[in-house]
Formats: sequence, C-alpha cells, structure tokens
Amino acid sequence: MKRTIPLAIVLTMGITMMVQFFVPHPVSVGYYDLTTRWIRIVGAFALVLGTGSFIMFHSDKVRRRRQGWYYSIISLVALVVTTVIGLGWGIRPGSILQNVIYANFLVPLNASMFAILAFYMASAAYRAFRARTKEAALLLIAAFIVMLGMVPIGASIWGKLPELAEWVLSVPNMAAKRAIIFGVALGGIATSLKVILGIERGWLGGGKQ
Amino acid sequence: MIPFLILLLAAGQTAPPETTAAVLAPPAPPVAVRAFDTPNDAGKSITLRWSAADTLARTWLIERTGPEGPKVIATSEPGETNYLDEEVKDRIRYTYRIAAVAGGDTVWSAPAAAVASTPQFFNTSRVNILIAMVIFFALVVYYIESAKKGKNLFVRRIAGLDAVEEAVGRATEMGKPIVYVPGLGSVADIATIASLNILGEVAKKVAQYDSALLVPNRDPIVYTVAREIVKESYTKAGRPDAFRQDSVFFVTSEQFAYAAAVDGLMVREKPATNFFLGMFWAESLVLAETGATTGAIQIAGTDSVFQLPFFITACDYTLIGEELYAASAYLSREPLLLGSLKGQDYGKMVILLTLVVGSALLLLSKVPALSFFSNILGFFSTR
Repeated sequence: MKRTIPLAIVLTMGITMMVQFFVPHPVSVGYYDLTTRWIRIVGAFALVLGTGSFIMFHSDKVRRRRQGWYYSIISLVALVVTTVIGLGWGIRPGSILQNVIYANFLVPLNASMFAILAFYMASAAYRAFRARTKEAALLLIAAFIVMLGMVPIGASIWGKLPELAEWVLSVPNMAAKRAIIFGVALGGIATSLKVILGIERGWLGGGKQ
Repeated sequence: MIPFLILLLAAGQTAPPETTAAVLAPPAPPVAVRAFDTPNDAGKSITLRWSAADTLARTWLIERTGPEGPKVIATSEPGETNYLDEEVKDRIRYTYRIAAVAGGDTVWSAPAAAVASTPQFFNTSRVNILIAMVIFFALVVYYIESAKKGKNLFVRRIAGLDAVEEAVGRATEMGKPIVYVPGLGSVADIATIASLNILGEVAKKVAQYDSALLVPNRDPIVYTVAREIVKESYTKAGRPDAFRQDSVFFVTSEQFAYAAAVDGLMVREKPATNFFLGMFWAESLVLAETGATTGAIQIAGTDSVFQLPFFITACDYTLIGEELYAASAYLSREPLLLGSLKGQDYGKMVILLTLVVGSALLLLSKVPALSFFSNILGFFSTR
C-alpha cells in the first residue's frame, strides 16, 4: 500500500497532465492551474519540514561544537530575526524586512557570491586552456578565435576574424548544443514515461517492478 | 541679396505638387476583412485579418459590434494587418469592421461576417508532437517488453558512472564523507528526478561501504524526497541503523546562499567525493571550482548546455545531457530500465532521419516546381 498509492497517483496525474497538454479547453486550463496551486500548497508544507531540518541541523552542530559551529549560530540568529521582523512588521515593500534585511543584507551578500564567479572563471579557464591533449588544444584554439573575434582588436588584426568567430558559434557550437538538446529532450520524455508507468522507482527508494 | 533669400525660403517651403494631391485624396478602406474564432485556444478570443489596400492610411480603427452595440476597440499601426480581440464572450456573435484613417478622413470597410468565439477540445497545431510522442512511446515500450523477455541489450560504457563505485570506495578508504548535491531545481524538473534516482543507487553503495553521505538541499520538497530515498536505500542495503537523520538536510532556497553553504561544507569537511547531479545555474562553477580545490573526485551531470562547459572544466567526470537520465538504468542494471535506453536510441535515430529528410525537402522546396514540399515541412514546425 505504501508503494501502490503513490504509484497510482503518479500514473493518474501523469496521464491527465499529458492529455491536458493537447486540450486547450478552459476545463483543462483550470485543471492545470489547480494542479500548480497544489504544488505550491505541498511546497508550503514541505517548507515547514525544511525549516525543521534547518533548525535541527544547526542546533545539533552548535550543541556538539562541530567544526564551524559559530556559523550555525549566525544562521539560527538570522532565521529568528528574519521571522520576527517579518511576522511583526510585515513583508510589504517599504517594510523593515524589505529595506533592511533584503536590501542591505541579502542583496549585497548575493552580489558578492555572484562576483566571486569572475575569479572562478579565470581559474577554470586557465585549467581548461592548458593544451595538454588534442581536445584541450582544440578548445583553446576555438576560444582564442571566439574571444578575439568578439573584440574590436580582432577585426583590426584580421578583418575576417569576427566572421570566423560567428561561424564557430553558429555552426560547430550550435550543432553540438542541438545534439545535446535532442538527447536531453528524449531522455526527459523517456524518464517521465518510466516514472509514470512505475518502471523507474528510484524516487520511491527503488523496488521491484 | 534679400530677394534672393526670400526666393530661397519660398522654394524650401513649397511642397511637390503630386504630394499635395495625394494628401487630399481620402484613404482606401482595408479589404478582405476576415474575423474568425482563434483556433486551438481556450475561447474568449477572435482573430481579425485584413489586407491594406492603401499605403496612405496612417492608422487603422477596429470596431466591434456585439449585444452592447458598436464600439471602437483598438487603433492599430498601418503596418499591422491582424488583431487579436481577447475581450469577447464565448458563444456570442460579433461583427467587425476596420477603418483607414488619414488626415481628417475615416473610411470604413464592409463588415466581416459575424463570428462567435468557442473553446476547443483539441489543439490541432500539436498533432505533430502527438505523433512524435506516440512513435517514441511505442519504441520505448517495445524495448522494455524485449528486455522483459530476457533479450540482451548492449549499453555503451559511461566513464562517469563507472567511476561511482571507485569514488565511494575512495571515500571509505580515506574515512571522508561524500557530498551529493541534487541540483537546485524543484522536484518538478526531470533533471532533479533523474538526480534523485541516482541518489538512491549512490546511497545504497554508500551504505554497503559504510561511508558517510551528506546531501544538502535547496528545495524543501526535494529535501523530503531525498531523505526518504536515502533512508530507503540504507534499509535495502541491510543497514537501516547506519542512516543518520542529519545526513540529508535543507540549507536555504536562496541560490547563492546555498552555493556559499555548500562551499563552506566542502572546505570544512574536505569530502573524498562530490556529486553535482541535477539542474544548475550560475552557481555550478562556484561549486565545482571550490570542490576541485579541496582535492575531491568530482562527478557532475546536468542537462543545461550552458553549465556543462563549467562542469567539464572543473570536474573529473561529467555526465552530458541524456547520460544523466541513463544513469539510474546504468547503475542498477535493471533490464526494464536498460530497455528504455534502447528505445531512446531509436528515438534519436528517428530524429536523425527526420532531420536528413527535412533538410532534403527544404532544399527541394526552393525549386519552384517543388514548392509544395514547404507544406510538408510546415507540419514539422511547432506552434
């Protein structure tokens, strides 16, 4: 029963959502909206479990004085402060939550993490462009052409370089991209089919067909 | 000098005689005005099409006549020759006419035949998708049935998946944990489902080898599913006692806060192996590069073509696109799952053939006598 009910729900929902894709009637659109609303409702319940996990994980870390336990104190304090301010003063634009917590803490912290990406890109590029193999050498040449072709100096070195860069992007690069996308699309459909038919049960923790 | 300047100014202000005549002429009304129920929709929509008979018109006025009487509902640019009226009620008949406006003149067309909007039960523009889906489903089901009958199916080696065993073994030898990141997508994403399927197999191996597993989650639903999967896998491996509740945990829904937390986890715990499987965005490189600096074996996989180059650069093994979906079949070696892989391969063969035939038809349709091929090509396009 523990497996039969989820499998029956998946089969029913999978087939009805597939049919819904081909039916533009308002009843079908309403069903789709209802389903997405339910996903949000289930998400809200799961958020309670998620918050529970967050509190347990970090309080356990603090209690056992595990490595980096002081970061867990910051996480727990942030959770309490944000919750109290959100519940007490609201979450509307102009509220303390928006003006102080969001604009002065969350946005700069997110921006800092995003900015770090530039340094990681430089180190990753260094690693990728070391021409140790034929493939890496090919990657280096392609990147060299594309990068030079995209800046004005490229055109002044050789007038055809921007055209060559464009060709690299729109022909071999696009062909490879599309090949991957075809595989992804078919793989996605096949996975959906396997889940709907109950052949793929990894999400249930496995089990016999 | 002054008379010369006056003459010059006068010459500049004089319009060519033919333009003056054209401005004075009233514009011709639009012709072939047609109103019809917008096809393949949920109703409450009527489409108007017309032909511009006169290039002098500066604006089109669109008038609708319904139970409430005539009403100008929109003005349109002269270049436009169609309009979508989405403010109608279903099953009520409306008539439309369109006026060409130029200067002070407004000339109305003849009214189009009355039309009512109705919702449709089948989207005919998606017939091509339906046919492709039926063919693909038939192929997958056929090969699954073949696998059921015991037919031996060959699956090519996937280095990234062969390395899973080695990666788990390495973690056991080193006495260090394995970090499994199931992506940042929701449970509605196929890549996340594929990742959760792989997580089950990895967790089984982790339980068998008695290693430690850490699964940080971004989505609360993914967290609850991942926790159950890992718990179930430990039970299946005969080690339910080894499952630790805090090995699967929710971090945060914020993208970069999550990346920072996982980075911190990798730097502190120095895991032997990192798995990055699922949906990733800009944080992919942040995670993979940090993992690489800790010296862990890294196995990544995503269906995002934009993040794949970052994983290929920073990880030891990368599952490219569909390999992510094939992983659970490859790892579990269950015949039914392997059968579906074969179906996928033949699906790709059908796409390849369609591309070759479509390219040939496209070339042939450029020959005037063979232009009817463009109609066949139209069937394959998505709308």
